[in-house]
Amino acid sequence: MAQKAIREYDAKKILQERWGDYFGDTAVYAGKTVQVTAGTDWNQLKTENGWLQSGRLAVKPDQLIGKRGKNGLILLDADFEAVKKWVLERMNQPVTIGQVTGVLRQFIIEPFLPQKVEYCLAIKSDRAADTIHFSPSGGVDIEENWDKVVSIPVPVGASVDDVDVAGKLPDSLSGAEKDFFTTFIRGIYKLYCDLHFTFLEFNPLAVNGNKVVLLDTKARLDDTAFYLCGKKWCAVSFPPPFGREPFPEESYIRDLDGGTGASLKLTILNPRARIWTMNAGGGASVVYTDTIVDLGFANDLANYGEYSGNPTTEFTYKYARTVLDLFTREKDPSGKPKTLIVGGGIANFTDVANTLTGIVQALREYKDKLKSAGARIYLRRGGPNWREGLSKIRDLGKELGIPISVHGPEMHMTRIVSMALEER
Amino acid sequence: MTAKKDYILFDRDTQAVVYGMQQDAIQRMLDFDYICRREKPSVAAIVNPTRDGWHKCFFGSEEIIIPMYRTLDQVVEKHPNVDVMVNFASFRSAYSTTKEALETNTLRTIAVIAEGIPEQHSREMAILAKKKGKWIIGPATVGGIAAGAFRVGNTAGALDNIIESRLYRPGHVAYVTKSGGLSNELNSIISLNTDGVYEGVAIGGDCYPGSTFIDHIMRYEANPEIKMIVMLGEVGGADEYDVVEALQAKKITKPLVAWNIGTCAKVFPAEVQFGHAGARAGNVRQTADAKNQALREAGAVVPNSFEDFDAKIKETFDRLVAEGKLTPVTEVAPPPVPQDYRTAKKAGLVRREANFICTISDDRGDEPTYAGIPISEVIEKGYTIGEVISLLWFKRLLPKWATEYMEMIIKVSADHGPAVSGAHNAIVAARAGKDVISSLVSGLLTIGPRFAGAIDDAARYFKKACDDGTAPETFVDEMKKLGITVPGIGHRIKNLDNPDKRVELLKDFVCNHFPKTIYLDYALEVEKVTTQKKNTLILNVDGCVGVTFLDLLNASGSFSPAEIEEMVEIGYLNALFALARCIGIIGHIFDQKRLKTGLYRHPWDDIVYMVEKA
Repeated sequence: MAQKAIREYDAKKILQERWGDYFGDTAVYAGKTVQVTAGTDWNQLKTENGWLQSGRLAVKPDQLIGKRGKNGLILLDADFEAVKKWVLERMNQPVTIGQVTGVLRQFIIEPFLPQKVEYCLAIKSDRAADTIHFSPSGGVDIEENWDKVVSIPVPVGASVDDVDVAGKLPDSLSGAEKDFFTTFIRGIYKLYCDLHFTFLEFNPLAVNGNKVVLLDTKARLDDTAFYLCGKKWCAVSFPPPFGREPFPEESYIRDLDGGTGASLKLTILNPRARIWTMNAGGGASVVYTDTIVDLGFANDLANYGEYSGNPTTEFTYKYARTVLDLFTREKDPSGKPKTLIVGGGIANFTDVANTLTGIVQALREYKDKLKSAGARIYLRRGGPNWREGLSKIRDLGKELGIPISVHGPEMHMTRIVSMALEER
Repeated sequence: MTAKKDYILFDRDTQAVVYGMQQDAIQRMLDFDYICRREKPSVAAIVNPTRDGWHKCFFGSEEIIIPMYRTLDQVVEKHPNVDVMVNFASFRSAYSTTKEALETNTLRTIAVIAEGIPEQHSREMAILAKKKGKWIIGPATVGGIAAGAFRVGNTAGALDNIIESRLYRPGHVAYVTKSGGLSNELNSIISLNTDGVYEGVAIGGDCYPGSTFIDHIMRYEANPEIKMIVMLGEVGGADEYDVVEALQAKKITKPLVAWNIGTCAKVFPAEVQFGHAGARAGNVRQTADAKNQALREAGAVVPNSFEDFDAKIKETFDRLVAEGKLTPVTEVAPPPVPQDYRTAKKAGLVRREANFICTISDDRGDEPTYAGIPISEVIEKGYTIGEVISLLWFKRLLPKWATEYMEMIIKVSADHGPAVSGAHNAIVAARAGKDVISSLVSGLLTIGPRFAGAIDDAARYFKKACDDGTAPETFVDEMKKLGITVPGIGHRIKNLDNPDKRVELLKDFVCNHFPKTIYLDYALEVEKVTTQKKNTLILNVDGCVGVTFLDLLNASGSFSPAEIEEMVEIGYLNALFALARCIGIIGHIFDQKRLKTGLYRHPWDDIVYMVEKA
């Protein structure tokens, strides 16, 4: 529930759909876009979109990847066959952008339209105002031409119609251009607010007469506004950030998470590392993971994991079993102890003894694997009925013959991290 | 009402309106009041858009009532001293209700609990609050707590937590955190390492909280009772930099111990969004590392990790004590709060005599059960209506022949036309415009000693005679001597040569399926005696149902003679008849309603008037 980046294809679809409500004839949406995935039937695509054969094309991946031009991920001025070949060479192939490697799966194809003048228009939201940025010198070199960018703030609660847009536009524009962009900017801004965008950028943006072409578009939506404008968002999806493919365990936990009102999260950072976490609480789980990193053990950290919102015993058990399975697959190659941090803050109302039931069940099931992996477990939890809950875990450690170090709220929350990491 | 200082949002006299019928939260606020030894409860009114009236809750061991209104303006009018609203409205309506509260003259602080309010709305609320000089805490927060004074909703969790963190009396340390979940941890850390919390606020995890770190820190700075400040920020957004600037400008003179969580974001493979909507770093400045560094450079006490957060808090507090800048508070013991009955019962500490016992069904689990069998199983295994009756009336599954026979009885007794008492009464009631249930009941109320009474009577008399071993002839003679027509014997038209087909079918089934039929056999012997006197004195359908039902109970082998006696006595037979006849009576009621028949008035000429003058 937050600001979410959306695909360029979806952003353009939403804009195109709503465009008429804001501009009438003053500015006509003149872009064309098709989406291509591994399952696309190229012949059908060609038949349904005549312009793909009749003109020159541009193609690029559509997976929230920044700086595509600089990373060689755009093909310009090509014909349909060249575009098809270019896409098929890259479809389902990994690509590394900076530190992040991901697989290309979605592309968009648009007409290639070389422009004499490329504008840039962006809207950003902040606590006190939305700011409209405009430049008559947009395109990839926007940063070099930053001095030409004008900023037009619209304070929260103010109407854009009361903001002097024309007066803020660069003097290099003609009177007619100023009139056009005043109307256009006001319209785009109203659309931005009505549809709960939190960021929108057209760079570059081309204008020919009353025809507007959004050459490159980035957008973010506030997904909490779904109840207000879900229908107007044209079945938009919120893709994960560009990055590596999920592990099967991560996908499994994502599915579990989707099936409960509670929260279950798992990100695997390094499946062979020796320190695993299974922490309760959104905030507390971040604190535990921070502390492992801050104490200098980032390279030993295997995962980020969190369960909260009072999951049922069954869900907690399934979650714990998934983490324990990953945790016990092998011994640490360098002979250091395999460490599992089962941390948690002080619960508000959740009965601690109850919440630990699912974990106890999973630990029992993985008793032998835990032993053969040389596991050590460190647990800390507070909240209602914590004494009973923790004594159950202590007894379980004895019963299973697994070292479980158990602590309550009397001990500083993250102390189990330093205890665990200092032990050799 | 004494005017509060600007920097005080909550004190021991603060009274709030709770928006939304949050019974648990209200009780928790009152329990907190009680252990703080507040004179007046902190909840003065409730807004419940669906019901007005009074809400009953505990203040210590006493029960009190809190007025409940449908709209906020009524609260404002009747409770001018209320200046806090704890807004539990959902993310859909939190915006409009909060704006309404901001527009009032009396409400000054609004805690917005809902998570998932669109950012545009949160920003507008925040700006409006600032314009009006008011306070919003949240959205997406648990609220806040002023130790020994006032608790916002569910803040600080269960009473055990509150007592362990000594929140029933103020200490000298105030905190502000983004995370509500970690506020409890902060209560505990501060309690373990200082003389305790003075006040703590969770501003909420959204991008645009209504009040931010700096707003509360400047309040704490102004409050002379607060000697040091703790702040827990996080990755994402830039609100923490307002605090950096205030430190640089020397606007914060009290020691500030600060930490920002989310330092681990850098080890993630892709951009990461933690649980909070605002917890996403858009640029380097918004990372937890950058914020920690900036705060450290600006003069805040910043640990190296959360691991020595507690040590830094303790050092800072101890230094203040050593410097003579504060005297730790003297401990007081909070009054014990009577334990909630449900909790105590769960813990096995109390027991109470129940007023009701139920031995047939149970609705407490996932699904209601009939005699221990979940309803879904009743459907899946294809239980018949007879078997459902068997489970709920006899608490066991009777043999198939028995349940099938009960269904036959229901079928033959479902309706006997519009002229009989039950149907007639129901029709009259329906025509008087009464609803289905009233009309049905008016029909059912005729069932008794005369209408349908023959079944019950037949069972009783035949059972006694048969059990006593009375010879059929003697039984008929004795009844005659007593002046009682033998119940269940005799028909208007039917006779031995022209038998009632229904009776024949019932008898057939019983003879073919029941393991034994002592009562039917006896009744047929009686019939032989009576038909010798008159051809129409046959065992009629009522009599047949009565005696065969006795055979059913007897032959099932499931009941002792005493149990059978009891079943007859408490009216199982009338019940079976009433159950069956409901079907027909309801049919007649629908019939009348469909026909739109008017009010029935009995014709005069059908009544003989013999009224004498008084």
